[in-house]
Amino acid sequence: MEVFATALPALNDAFAMILQPHVLGFLVLGVMMGLCIGVFPGLGGIAGLSLLLPFMFGMEPVTGLALMIGMVAVVPTSDTFASVLMGIPGSSASQATVLDGFPMAKKGMAARALSAAFASSLFGGLVGAAFLTVFILAARPIVLLFQTPELLMITIFGLSMVGILAGRVALKGLVAACLGILVGTIGEGASSGALRMSTYDMPYLVDGLKLVIVGLGIFAIPEIIALLRRDKAISDRAPLGGGWAEGVKDWWANKWLSMRCSLIGVVVGVIPGLGGSVVDWIAYGHTVQTAKDKSQFGSGDVRGVIGPESSNNAKEGGGLVPTLLFGIPGSGSMAIFISAVALLGSGSIEVGPSMLKNNLDFTYAIVWLLALANVVGTLICIAASGGIAKLTEIRFALLAPFLFMIIAFAAFQSRQEIWDLVALFGIGLLGILMRRFDWSRPAFLIGFVLSAPAERYTNQAYQIGASRFRRGFEEGIEYVFSPIVIVLIVITLLSVVIGLRQAKNIQAEGSVAAGNKRAPLVFLLGITGYIALAYWNSAVIPDFARMDRVFPVFVATVALVGCALLIVQMIRSSETAPIFADREAEEAADNVHGLWGTLAWFASLLIASALVGFILALAGFLLLFIRIRAGKSWGYAAAYTAAGIAFICAMAWTLNRDFPPGLLQSYADLPWPLT
Amino acid sequence: MLKKTLGALALTSALVATQAAADGHQIDLSGKTVEWIIPFSETGGSAKWANFYAPLLSEALPGNPTVVVTFNPGAGSTKGANAFQEMTYDDGTTIFGSSGSTQFPYLLSDPRVRYEYSDWNVVLASGTGGVAYLPADLAGQLGDGGAASPLAGEDFIYGSQGATRLDLVPLLAWEMLGLQVEPVFGIEGRGDGRLMFERGEANIDYQTSSSFLSGVTPLVEAGTAVPWFSFGALDADGNIVRDPTFPDMPTFKEICEATDGCETSGEQWDAWKAFFVAGFPAQKMVFLPAGAPDNAIATFTEAFAAIQQRDDFAEISAARLGVYPQLTGDAAKTAMASATDVPQEAKDFVINWLSERYGVVLQ
Repeated sequence: MEVFATALPALNDAFAMILQPHVLGFLVLGVMMGLCIGVFPGLGGIAGLSLLLPFMFGMEPVTGLALMIGMVAVVPTSDTFASVLMGIPGSSASQATVLDGFPMAKKGMAARALSAAFASSLFGGLVGAAFLTVFILAARPIVLLFQTPELLMITIFGLSMVGILAGRVALKGLVAACLGILVGTIGEGASSGALRMSTYDMPYLVDGLKLVIVGLGIFAIPEIIALLRRDKAISDRAPLGGGWAEGVKDWWANKWLSMRCSLIGVVVGVIPGLGGSVVDWIAYGHTVQTAKDKSQFGSGDVRGVIGPESSNNAKEGGGLVPTLLFGIPGSGSMAIFISAVALLGSGSIEVGPSMLKNNLDFTYAIVWLLALANVVGTLICIAASGGIAKLTEIRFALLAPFLFMIIAFAAFQSRQEIWDLVALFGIGLLGILMRRFDWSRPAFLIGFVLSAPAERYTNQAYQIGASRFRRGFEEGIEYVFSPIVIVLIVITLLSVVIGLRQAKNIQAEGSVAAGNKRAPLVFLLGITGYIALAYWNSAVIPDFARMDRVFPVFVATVALVGCALLIVQMIRSSETAPIFADREAEEAADNVHGLWGTLAWFASLLIASALVGFILALAGFLLLFIRIRAGKSWGYAAAYTAAGIAFICAMAWTLNRDFPPGLLQSYADLPWPLT
Repeated sequence: MLKKTLGALALTSALVATQAAADGHQIDLSGKTVEWIIPFSETGGSAKWANFYAPLLSEALPGNPTVVVTFNPGAGSTKGANAFQEMTYDDGTTIFGSSGSTQFPYLLSDPRVRYEYSDWNVVLASGTGGVAYLPADLAGQLGDGGAASPLAGEDFIYGSQGATRLDLVPLLAWEMLGLQVEPVFGIEGRGDGRLMFERGEANIDYQTSSSFLSGVTPLVEAGTAVPWFSFGALDADGNIVRDPTFPDMPTFKEICEATDGCETSGEQWDAWKAFFVAGFPAQKMVFLPAGAPDNAIATFTEAFAAIQQRDDFAEISAARLGVYPQLTGDAAKTAMASATDVPQEAKDFVINWLSERYGVVLQ
């Protein structure tokens, strides 16, 4: 009761603060800006917020807040466009949406998938805000219950989702996940700074690969190449009737699923340290596990869109809890948000425990601005989805160069080095081959995303646990096996058992026919070779840095056992067994262009960038691609190129970014944007 | 004493400022964009610091150029610093913000360091401090004057970002006090270390001043944390004195004196002090690239001095930066010299200690 006595007046004040015309105006402005940025894959809230920061100083706190929150709140909503329409995970929040959203777009149901996603996002956002309003005053002790062993168990629970997404051959899914984890360990170890699969001679790898590059490479590039080879539009049939109203109906029919996934989003978002990267996978896993008819998942089941989208916006509300309660940012954009709030209040308001105590009205204003921004953003998105969905009817050869330009630009934001593009191309190649041989790409991505937290929490829980055991056996057991840990272990075991039993029915990336024996075996041997190299590379880490050795060695051992079993299976199986899945055989009839020829186009863009810099290379690439590959006239190609270059320059200029320089730039001093 | 120092510093800054203005040798930056390179990600403390100064700098520079903060993170800031080393002065539109994490690898001869501080031109040096704190039950066992001796048998857990980072200073301090501290490496920021403390997993921690004020003060009020000592601040003669932000807190030096077996002289103490001086009193600095002409240096120096003469500076900076000297002109040069010129014996001691205690080998 006492809680309500403080909460209600503050809530009242908060609404008085928000519901002013100029505040709402700035909110809508922020939402518009956020939509413009969020639509482009790889440019999330961090880029947008950095753009706003310089204007924050001296702004009236509530208006500044409205502007910023408008922008942050719609990024997880608007990145759904890229996920559904292009099969590109716009940000870590919409990875799982790709699995069913993109197949729906291919079937001509893009508008339906989009509006179902937006309706779910809206609902999730509102659940998140409502939850936050009540929970924030009582959350502190609960959040503190999640110690390192609990965090480790949640990470393992997230990894267990691999069981559901493993595909027809569970063992391949397991090896794919292990490979993802090993790719995630590349670089300087977190404990002792030992180098893994990298050297100081190649500084790029020392910091490890970034999610944006791996996400774009593993999902976006294979889809773009595959679509290009078919040389048609994304949607392979005429759009179905109904459009966006259909999607909203779908959401209503699954409102309880949406509710459950929103709660998952809030709960996982509340726990500091994990961020949002697992939420959508857990929600997707839950959706699949609780569905009666699972046959359509992976080939366009609308529930596969509703689940993850409900959770990813709810997570934003949940993610505010650690930010507000402890002043610890749950994500990169939250970190900028914290420093921007400090600019706003001229130093008098600081996000953290003191704000909760002294500025509760301000806190509630943040929470409900978030909800309101969700409503505004969603309405705009639903209104736009019918029109934007038409993109799927354009001939893909005209869309692809533009998409590739955006992806390359987004990838380059990771480290602003030409190596970003090399890494993108390399991971893209891996993604193409994994897609071809039906190795679970979601499993790989989950492994990659959870690699760092899994290693960190394992090491930390081990260290702290050992210290507790030194103090007393009972104290150690209490620490390691708290009630929350035990509950999580039970849930994880259930999830793995159920997942494995069902995995055969769920083909997260559609079914694939088997081809001949040789190509899948060569790919498997290649993967085995890399894993063996990674094993050897980490096994030789000396004893004083053993904390950096144990985890990769363990994962590589598991993966090598898996590889060995797979090799045995391959030798003993007949050519038609699912283990020899090869998309090349299945899609042979549709493909009008070869894989290597298509890939060569992009390789040439990469090489030309290294020589003459990105912009010059891009101009040549666009011109020649549209003329030769798309078969348009020179005039058309020139106009396309001019529009493309103008667009990317405008974007880079607004965001104050440069382009990758090449060899030419180290000899000649050129004006921007050629630098 | 301290007031005098601060007063003298302010005077120096003001003098430099008037000199530059009188000479009329300012560079004009109207219509230009000044790029402030931070070799860390958007989310760290250096980003906060630069974001605080950027709009003020824009107002204070002649011609009111746009000041944008750009981020070039990687390899613990050595990547961005190496890139800055490659740059030469062009028209005064590039400045660089370094931090303690840029200084330490430089001092420890990290193989990745290709930069040389003495090539650069410092125009601002911002200081900070640090506070160590304990859970209430352990703080209650401290001896007279905060002596650490009664805690010698305790098993301490400390969440650390890495022994070669700024954490070197507290880690060496724990060791000098005879505490058995097991650092748990791999936390991503000091905020995570504090959370570990709040969860009861870590039972000793430190925070830099501004994080202590915002994050730990509520814990102190709630009775779950008790401040133990501050690392202190430097006076004009280079002596460690009480931190002006925490005048009631003993310094590490006082605690060390009260603790049996901890010496405030000798090799170990000198090494600790050298690295404290390198890491805290001039933690974050702003540089113009090599080859910058005097008028450009004067222009930026004057701008930073003018920012501090704003009527509202004390108010807006207190919460964001803490009450620490923001040095310009000669004071900044002196601060930079003491932060980057550590005696060889101190370096050798720390390099040897890192390899023996933590197995860290810097080839």
